[in-house]
Amino acid sequence: MRVSYHIGGVLLACVLLLVGCFAVTLDRDLSLTPEMLAQRQMQTRRFDTTDEQKILKTCAALLQDTGFTIDESEATLGILIASKERDASDATQWAVYLVGSFFGVPIPPDKDQIMKAFVTTRPVGTEGRQVVVRVVFERTVFDTEHRLKKIEALNDPKIYQSFFEKLSKALFLEAHDI
Amino acid sequence: MTSDKLKRNLLLLVPLFLLTACATTHDRLLDMDTSQVQLRSIQSRAFDTTDKEKTMRAIIATLQDLGFMLDRADYTLGVVTASKARADTMQMQVYASLRVTVTVRPRGEKQLLVRASAEYQRSPVTDAKPYQNFFNSLEKAMFLEAHQVD
Repeated sequence: MRVSYHIGGVLLACVLLLVGCFAVTLDRDLSLTPEMLAQRQMQTRRFDTTDEQKILKTCAALLQDTGFTIDESEATLGILIASKERDASDATQWAVYLVGSFFGVPIPPDKDQIMKAFVTTRPVGTEGRQVVVRVVFERTVFDTEHRLKKIEALNDPKIYQSFFEKLSKALFLEAHDI
Repeated sequence: MTSDKLKRNLLLLVPLFLLTACATTHDRLLDMDTSQVQLRSIQSRAFDTTDKEKTMRAIIATLQDLGFMLDRADYTLGVVTASKARADTMQMQVYASLRVTVTVRPRGEKQLLVRASAEYQRSPVTDAKPYQNFFNSLEKAMFLEAHQVD
């Protein structure tokens, strides 16, 4: 009985590999696409200031306020990378899991997630009168059996709007769309 | 009696395993599959600028455009490392990761040399095409033409 489960698992993995495709490919992921540029628009705001370092410091403080830990920074280049680990439990997935288990096809629900933020700042305009801020969020999700379930970019515009609203408030500056 | 013999044989096997393990690690640590000169040429482009900061910012902006997450950046050394990993088991998207290290250094008096080296699914990328795509993307952010170098 146990052995047949194992064989079943291996077969399932083979089928998944055959049907599924690689989430990142060399052909696709090193060329710019219109979708990537649309995302840039959503993830970017422009601020009327000459002080890039002040913006970077405020971003660091904002990330800290929202529970992130700074992993890497390079002020000369206007970079901040931060991450946090949080619970990823979802009631719907648990319901699906319980119903699935009853019928013998359990799909382990999400358990933990690592969220990452990547902020860049860049002076623009004549004599660098404005600073452009771009933030990208992504997350890695693990299921209850500690297996990798998903790595995805977070593309909900609300997340980005909320980030820039908080940043504007902290800076006392208005954020312009690019 | 037999178990003693077995033990001795097993003990003999251990160094053998250790030897093979060492050999493969050595090979992989300092492997050079393609001719080094050819690979360097595929991975490098020269830009007509001496502005290291601007060039590095353009590299970072390009990587961010391409959906990469930055792992580290060092202005003094002129090194940027970024990676892009995606997976979605529910959507049958199999885990795959692409890592890139980009270095910037002066080339003569008037140019900067940008070199990118990529690693895909735990193997080095030696094809010219992916690098060509990357430099095409970078050219747009630099507003400068990327020159092929020998």
